[in-house]
Parts: sequence; structure tokens; C-alpha cells
Amino acid sequence: MADNQVLIITGTRKGLGLELSEYYLSLGNTVIGCSRGPSSIENENYQHYELDVSNEKQVINLVRSVKAAHGNVDVLINNAGTAAMNHFLTTPYKRAKEIYNTNFFGTFLFSREVAKIMIKARKGTIINFTTVAVPLNLAGEAVYAASKASVETLTKISAKELGEFGIRVNAIGPTPIKTDLIKGIPKEKLEELINEQAIKRFGNIKDVINTIEYLIDPASEFITGQTIYLGGIFD
Amino acid sequence: MSSVSKIVLDVLHELGNEDGKDDLLNADDSTVLFGRNFDSMGIVMLTVEIEEQIFDKFGAQIVLADERAMSQKTSPFRNVKTLVKYIELLVEEEKNG
Repeated sequence: MADNQVLIITGTRKGLGLELSEYYLSLGNTVIGCSRGPSSIENENYQHYELDVSNEKQVINLVRSVKAAHGNVDVLINNAGTAAMNHFLTTPYKRAKEIYNTNFFGTFLFSREVAKIMIKARKGTIINFTTVAVPLNLAGEAVYAASKASVETLTKISAKELGEFGIRVNAIGPTPIKTDLIKGIPKEKLEELINEQAIKRFGNIKDVINTIEYLIDPASEFITGQTIYLGGIFD
Repeated sequence: MSSVSKIVLDVLHELGNEDGKDDLLNADDSTVLFGRNFDSMGIVMLTVEIEEQIFDKFGAQIVLADERAMSQKTSPFRNVKTLVKYIELLVEEEKNG
């Protein structure tokens, strides 16, 4: 992507969000990140907000502050996510709501508010995160996969509604990457999952960056409403 | 004229200028919005502009398209007067936390 772009990336304190932020900062872009905790990134082109992605007021405050400071947002990466491995019979209602709050409502709120800025610029790209647990219908991930299936539907319909304003919305469904997100998942379960892939290995940050780069590239201007699963997982 | 009313009319004049719509260029309290001067996409653009102006001028983080706006039988987007009244209510609510 061109440098000097303004990106908002959610969930930047650790894992994928941290690595994505560092990558785009290294290219000379401006990154606005957020997480529940303090920043772990020190860079003059990075600005951090401590917030809950499902808190409407906090999200609006972040996005409108970014608009005031930078004028526009070129790319939104809705990375913030939480995973849960639990039989649905033993999933507490409170936890189910937390999962939806972060995975779905966080994506919804950021997309809605950032799209309001992008609409005026008549351009912008939104990247959402889903999971291969959706097409694989993984046992033990009912609520997590359901929340991400909601993200996929949001991706398609928001792409349809925002297309006329020059805004593209796509989703990436990574395979397991060695981050905090999978630390609670038993090794056998991960191996089982990897065996479902056409390309049997863990994903890595480069796989995700490559896909994001492809999707946000201006040459991909005809691609929207798509979900790309990594590793050779098919719907 | 209230400050909210001025913001709304300024936004309408600006949009009227961009779209070459005389109705909006000469907008006043009685100017009809939804149905005559704005379709649903136009309301989206209007909403975005007004929310931003309200944030810039008052620091109030209102969301115009909240449940009440979308469910009210008499939509606040009916005309300028109803919209201004609705925005004033939202700004007041925002101030009072």
C-alpha cells in the first residue's frame, strides 16, 4: 500500500494487532490503535486509546478525534477479538455476551463510525476478521464461531450498502496462528484443525499481512464483500 | 435562531450548493427533508455531516440514527424544525450524561 496512510487497527496491545501495527508503522504510515489496556507500542506515528470496543461512546470519541486530527481514515482493520473453547451447554450467558460484544459489536461500531468518515472521502477499505471455525463448524466453538459468522454477514451486507460510496469491506479467516488467542486450545484440537486444511501448517503473521495487502491494494478496487479463508479451507 | 438550527441550516445550504438544489439553498424551518429533498442515502449523508458538526461545535457525541429516530412514527427527519428539536434533545441528553 502507499505510505502516509491513516489506519485504525483495533486490539493492538498484543498478538496479531500488535504485529500489524508495527508492520504498517514501519512503512511510514500513521496507526491509531486501541485495546482495553495501555499501549505496548512506542512510535511517534502511533496513537493509542484505552477502550472497550463495544462501548459506543468510547468508539465514537476515538473515531471523531481521529477525524479531527487526520481528516480521513484510509483503512480500518477490525482485529480485536476474543476466542472461547467451550461446549455450548456449559457456556455461561455472560461469557457468550462478552464474545459477541468484542467480536461482533466491536466490529459493527468501528465499521459504522469509520464508514461515516470514509463516505465523505468516497474511499476507504475495511478489513474484518473471521475464523475458519465458521466453515468448519468446529465443535466446542459454537458461540465464538457464531459471533464470527455474524461478522461475515456484516461484511457482506455492509459491503453492499457502502459500495456506492467507494468503500470496500472484506474479511479474512486465518487458520490458527501462534498467538494468545489460541493459548487455551488443546494441542490435539489444533492438530485436528490443521489436518482439515489443504495446506497443513500453522498460519503466520506474513500470511495475514499478505492477504490484507492484497485486499487494501487500490488495484483490488473490484473486490468487496468477500471472505478469504487461509490455509485452504473451503466453505 | 438557535445554534443547532444554524448548524442544520448551514449543512443544508452546503449540500444544496453541492447538489444544485434550490430548496436546500433556501432552506428554513419548514423545509421538508425526507421524501422531498433526501432519499434514504441522502439522509445518511445528512446524518454524517450534522453529527460531525455537532461534535466539532459542542463536543457532543450524538448518534442521530438511534432507535427513537428510526422507530418514531413522526420521523425527526420530516423537516428542519423536527430535526432541530430532536438534535437539541440529543445534545441535552449527552450533556446530562
